[in-house]
This record gives sequence, structure tokens and C-alpha cells, in this order.
Amino acid sequence: MSNRDINHLLAELKARYLEDVKMIGEEAQTALLVESHCLTDILGFLKTNESYQFNMLRNLTAVDYLEYIEVVYHLYSLPFRQTITVKTRCGMEDLQVPSATTIWPSANFQEREIYDLLGVKFTGHPDLRRILLRDEFEGHPLRKTYQAGTTGEKEVKSLC
Amino acid sequence: MLKTETFTLNMGPQHPSTHGVLQVVLELDGETVVQAIPNMGYLHRGIEKLAESRTYAQFIPYTDRLDYVSSMGNNLGYCQTVEKMMDIKVPERAEYLRIIMTELNRIASHLIFMGSLAIDLGASTGMMFGFRSRERILDLFDMVCGARQTYTYIRFGGVSADIPSEFIPALERFLTDFPAMLDEYHRLLTGNEILYHRLKNTGVISAQRAVEIGLTGPALRASGVDYDIRKVEPYGIYDRFDFSVPLGQVGDCWDRYTIRMEEMKQSAGIVAQALSQMPEGTVMASVPKVVKPPAGEVYHSIENPRGELGYYIVSNGGTNPYRLHVRRPSFINLQVLNEACQGLLIGDVVAILATLDSLMGEVDC
Repeated sequence: MSNRDINHLLAELKARYLEDVKMIGEEAQTALLVESHCLTDILGFLKTNESYQFNMLRNLTAVDYLEYIEVVYHLYSLPFRQTITVKTRCGMEDLQVPSATTIWPSANFQEREIYDLLGVKFTGHPDLRRILLRDEFEGHPLRKTYQAGTTGEKEVKSLC
Repeated sequence: MLKTETFTLNMGPQHPSTHGVLQVVLELDGETVVQAIPNMGYLHRGIEKLAESRTYAQFIPYTDRLDYVSSMGNNLGYCQTVEKMMDIKVPERAEYLRIIMTELNRIASHLIFMGSLAIDLGASTGMMFGFRSRERILDLFDMVCGARQTYTYIRFGGVSADIPSEFIPALERFLTDFPAMLDEYHRLLTGNEILYHRLKNTGVISAQRAVEIGLTGPALRASGVDYDIRKVEPYGIYDRFDFSVPLGQVGDCWDRYTIRMEEMKQSAGIVAQALSQMPEGTVMASVPKVVKPPAGEVYHSIENPRGELGYYIVSNGGTNPYRLHVRRPSFINLQVLNEACQGLLIGDVVAILATLDSLMGEVDC
């Protein structure tokens, strides 16, 4: 999305959600940072609004920044051939983000993956359980604080 | 009244038609599928976590091991993402070589699709034929980089080596032979009545649903949605080539099959165009010895044989990625399996799995 368009969109969102939405990053890295309590509203708005129609969730992932975890949505508009990045943050003490599965069913596996590897709970997800790791696995490996090799398995001593 | 109940059947993880270690838990009512739940993770290696402890260049070989039948595309997506972050300009000749290799790899990958679809539906000759032609392409790759499956040929700033003198004649021979090969497959498989009836109107996915559920690649285009990243967001030098994007109408297994067959023809056309336009020159830009992209983040995606392969890299200015996420088309495409299978028979599950063409190396990452 060009900067002019994104500014226009931002102005429109600002009018509705005030301080809950702002723009971060520069040029190609521009993203909308949204407070998690109005995330579902804004994602729904971006998908259904006639002049944007971001009807495709291309990619969904999350990044651990130690103080908080940032969930990143890369959206695409098939009718207008435009992209936009939406981000939301949740603090380490309350790792909860509303699920986007009601807006894009394609978020299902990707949210499960984030839950599995980073431990973010997606409220309202229809089937939130681990997807890549086994159910008994403890911890979330993609966290920066995760120590590999401390999964509670027995230490294997060398036989030599 | 007769009281009936459903039962559960495990298909996989060791089952030839799941193309790797995928378990599908089937809930069956007699022979009719009520639910088909995929269970993955048997091949999970934690590649995203490994990336955080490797330098940018050290990660290239790991990308080979994602979608291991189209490794050139994986290399390309990753290298272009890092090049985008560092603003590296790739020499012309290398751009052409990249196109030639990734399109050849697309043909090789679709040949595997064709072969495995055939054997899954009971036609083992189809597989032999598919693998026979793929061998020709692997020989070409062997010539340029010495590997047949895990190439690491595309590097930051270009490709690892220029092509040897015997490559172009061999490629030209392949391009001459390929239409006849494709014609042979059409006679063998496309004209086969059993195959037609197994695939036609099986596992129909509507265009709207395909977008909602996140399908990309041939599986999405079979439903009639025109979304090919080579066209909508041309990366590299794709805007210089003349090719068409085949679209399906119904979104059934048959469309997913015919589209891939047509894509092979288009890819061969792109290779021929690239070969005739390719200039002389260097194949590697000057890239710093230590790759340190500036702090920031980039999402870049390319059209891999299985769909949109995206890399999301967050850099903090160091020598290793701070976070690296791969958007794997196979993983996301697998979401549609359950609803596509409902109400069909077990044999159709095999056909749907084969035409979705998910590859477990990529699903599990």
C-alpha cells in the first residue's frame, strides 16, 4: 500500500478508534499497530470495507521481543492488489490475543503454530492445541528465554 | 431402526499416499468420511529456531530441506528476502539463471506431483514416467551445482557458479524433448477414463472458500482465483517474460491436476525465453563477507510450485536473524483437507491429498 493510501486509511481508523491505532515503521516496513482489544473490529473493518477489501490473510506470525510478544498479520487485497501489515502486542504477563479465525478461517493452523511455539493464547479459537510439537511438550521453543535441552528428558550419559 | 455409529481409522503416519509422515485421523461412517483431521509434526526440526543461532548465509542450506522437491525456489525466496533488506543488486546473468533454475524446478516438482498422483490412484507406470523425465532435470542441476536435491545454488547476490559449457546444449535437448514427453503423459493419464472419473467433481473447493481458508498456488488457481505472485507482484525479472496463468473453473481434483500440467508447459516456455535472452557477464554481485542486514523487518514471498512461499525476517543488525518465519504453502493448504474430504470415500481422500500436493518437509518445518 502506498504511503498516501495508508495515511488515508489511518485517518479513517483514527476517527473511529482514537489512540488505539497508530502507524509504526518507515517506507516498506510501515505497519498499523493496534491495541488487542479492538483488533477483531479493525481486522473485520479491513476485510469488509468496500474501498480496501483485504480479503486474504497471507501470513500470520509472532515475534518475541522479551518485554512483549508482537503478533504480525500480513494482509492482501485481491481486488486492489495491495498489501498491509497489522501488528498487535501483548505483554508477557497476559499473553492473550483475540483469534482472527472468525474473519479468516486460514488463521486456524497459523494461530495454533504460534500458540505451540510462542505460547500466545488466541481467545475464541475453535481448537487451540499444539500442532507441531507433541502434546506433552513443555515450554515454547521460539521464546527467547527458552533453554534448549531442558525439556525434562533424562540426561543420556556417554557409554564410553 | 438400525443403530449405526462412526468409527476412527488412522491413515498414516506411515502410509504411502500421505507423501511423508502425515497422519490423517479419519472418522468414518461405513466408507463415508465424516471428518479427516490431519496431524503433523513428525518431521518438525525447529528450523525457525535453528535460524536464530546461524548466520544468514549458514541458513541457506536449511531452506533446501523445507520443500525438498523444489529447493531452488526455497533458496530464491530466502536470498531475495535478505537481498531486499541489504539492498543488493543481482547481476543480469544471475537473474536469468535464477529464473531458468526455478522454472525447471517447478517442472520437476509438478512431475513428482503427476507421478505420485498416478501411483496413489493405482497407476504405477505414471510414476515411473514422471520420475524418468524429472531425472533429466536433476542431471541439469547436477551439472551446475553438483547436487540433485539440496542445491544451495542461489546465494546472496547471485548464484554460486556459472553454468558449465555442456549445460546449454543439454537444456536445449531437454526443451526439445519436453513437449513430446508432456504429450505422452496427456495420452497416458489425462485421457484415462478411470483417472478422469476419480478426479472429476471430487473435493470441490469454491473460489470464495479457497481464499478464506488460505489456499495459494495451483490449488487456489484451480478454483478460478487469479493469484500468481509472478504476475501480481513480479519478483526478480518475471515481468520480462510472456506466459499465461492457467485457471480452473470448478476447483475439483481434476482442475488441480490439469492446471499443473498446463503450468509445466508455461514454465518450459519461460525457460526457453530466458535462455534466448540471457546476457553474458558475472553471476555474483559483490556482497560483504559478513552479511549484516540493517535492523528492521521484511516480508517477501515468491510463487513456489506449491503456493506462496514467504519469508518474514526480523533483523536487529546482528549477524544472525533475530526472528525468521517461513510461510509454508503446504502447511496452510492442508487446512482445507477436512472440509474437502467430508462426505466422500476413503479413496477420494487419497486423491485430494495428492492434488493438494502438500510436502511434509515444508509442513513441519
